[in-house]
Amino acid sequence: MSNTNSLLADPEILRELIMDHYQYPHHHKLKEDDRYMMKHMASDSCIDDIKVQARIENGIIEDVCFDGVACTISTASTSMMTELLRGKTTAEAKEIMNNYFNMVDAKEYDGDILEEAIAFKNVYRQANRIKCATIGWRAMQELIEESEKGNE
Amino acid sequence: MFDVEKIRQDFPMLRNRPDLLYFDNAATTYKPQAVIDAVCEFWTGYTSNVERGDYETAVKADRAYDHTREIIGRFINCDPKEVVFTANISHSLNQIAFGIGRWLKEGDVVLTTEAEHASNLLPWFRLQEDKGIKIEYVPVDRQGVCHIEDFKKAMHDGVRVVTMAHVTNVLGSLQPIKEIAAVAHEYGALMVVDGAQSVPHRPTDVKELDVDFLGFSSHKMCGPDGVGVLYGRYDLLQKMDPIFLGGGMNARFQPDGSIIYKDAPQKFEAGTPNIEGVIGLGAAAEYLMNLGMENIQAYEKELRAYFAEKIRKLDNIEFYNPDNVSGPITFNAKGVFSQDAAGYLGSKNICVRSGNHCAKILHEVIGTDQTLRASLYFYNTKEEVDRFIEAAKDITLENAIGIFF
Repeated sequence: MSNTNSLLADPEILRELIMDHYQYPHHHKLKEDDRYMMKHMASDSCIDDIKVQARIENGIIEDVCFDGVACTISTASTSMMTELLRGKTTAEAKEIMNNYFNMVDAKEYDGDILEEAIAFKNVYRQANRIKCATIGWRAMQELIEESEKGNE
Repeated sequence: MFDVEKIRQDFPMLRNRPDLLYFDNAATTYKPQAVIDAVCEFWTGYTSNVERGDYETAVKADRAYDHTREIIGRFINCDPKEVVFTANISHSLNQIAFGIGRWLKEGDVVLTTEAEHASNLLPWFRLQEDKGIKIEYVPVDRQGVCHIEDFKKAMHDGVRVVTMAHVTNVLGSLQPIKEIAAVAHEYGALMVVDGAQSVPHRPTDVKELDVDFLGFSSHKMCGPDGVGVLYGRYDLLQKMDPIFLGGGMNARFQPDGSIIYKDAPQKFEAGTPNIEGVIGLGAAAEYLMNLGMENIQAYEKELRAYFAEKIRKLDNIEFYNPDNVSGPITFNAKGVFSQDAAGYLGSKNICVRSGNHCAKILHEVIGTDQTLRASLYFYNTKEEVDRFIEAAKDITLENAIGIFF
């Protein structure tokens, strides 16, 4: 996979990115607002327990945020997801998500559209951590599906 | 003398995987060759179902299966007919709660602690929901110990059952079961003990402890998976209803729905049991008794003290149970989420467990949700502890993330 941004090919930079998103997660606060849908991800394992919220209006992801107790990989991957999907249409978001899920399953993917989330490209080598790297992303996938059902 | 190097030769996992450092013995244990042989002999020499077989191998299987009851009887000092085979201790505790539940009425109290494993709480929670019983908790100290004075204060006439682990699974707190059982019995309450983390590591004498029910699992004491033991005082077992009904547990039944159960222990063993597992458990208990449970206890105590002394000196480690003399070493690397730390140790071939260890309500007591647990068995060594300590010094957030690159 080629990356236009050569910085994202440097393992040191990618490691720093994960650490940074873990120590200072982005959009790490839930909203008290009826326009937000929420998904609680707590039944996968006894360890991670996170909530993801999204405000999706007219097919546009206006806001995504999250909170909870989780490991580095869960926290950082969810933090990057909120950054990457904000402002995207649900169609664009699905394209990004499909590539992300392919990447962590060691299948073909387009690294360029994943931006910083490329940091998780090796997570498939630690099979027990794939769940961690996808927990927030799967929550968002369900929220998008729900929003689409609501619009039918 | 406890010759650990000689003992290690009995374990194929230790011989075949010298690269691994296995400190996850509270989860499951390695198997000695004697156990593997016992299982294989059944599979390769006398495979048959048990009960009512009128041919040679069936009779042999029957005898081997029942022989394990005698071995377990010697192992925990009870009558062989007080030994019920289950699938694991979760099954044992579910059977105990179900059976006792049929004797309880609304408002009756089950007294336990906040340091219990899920398998000794959830079956009682269900009785709370189904029968309106009440669950009350004796406070434990910061290392999970239930003190007899606190227990006496919490005890009252409404308590019908007292249930707790002899040694708790997260902090290794050794509870004063004998004293607690004596108080429970003064009030006419039943005493149930979760022996999952105690029976494999110390001598257990159900008569001396004077407990009414005890459960433990085979796989945590060098035996096969899928087998557990339920010890019950015989008069109580005879009165108790089985949770599973079916073949092998009834003497006769009629079209009108009337059933005559067999006597205990067969009454509790519906369906074809895990025959090879039970035979393997017998071999495991024999193996442990040959080493001597007192010797195992003394060796592990010394090894744990050595480990505690070393780990408490590490600046990057928070160590939660320094004062407990038994059970796991429970800790965290400062600033590193427990699963990330376990992943880092795993990348160095060091096997420990992270998480809340199925004891989710304990965090309020020790002030953290997630811990790492390094749990020893008699085949572990001081050299392994040294190797562990060297690796533990390097558990940092940077190194933990580094395993993904």
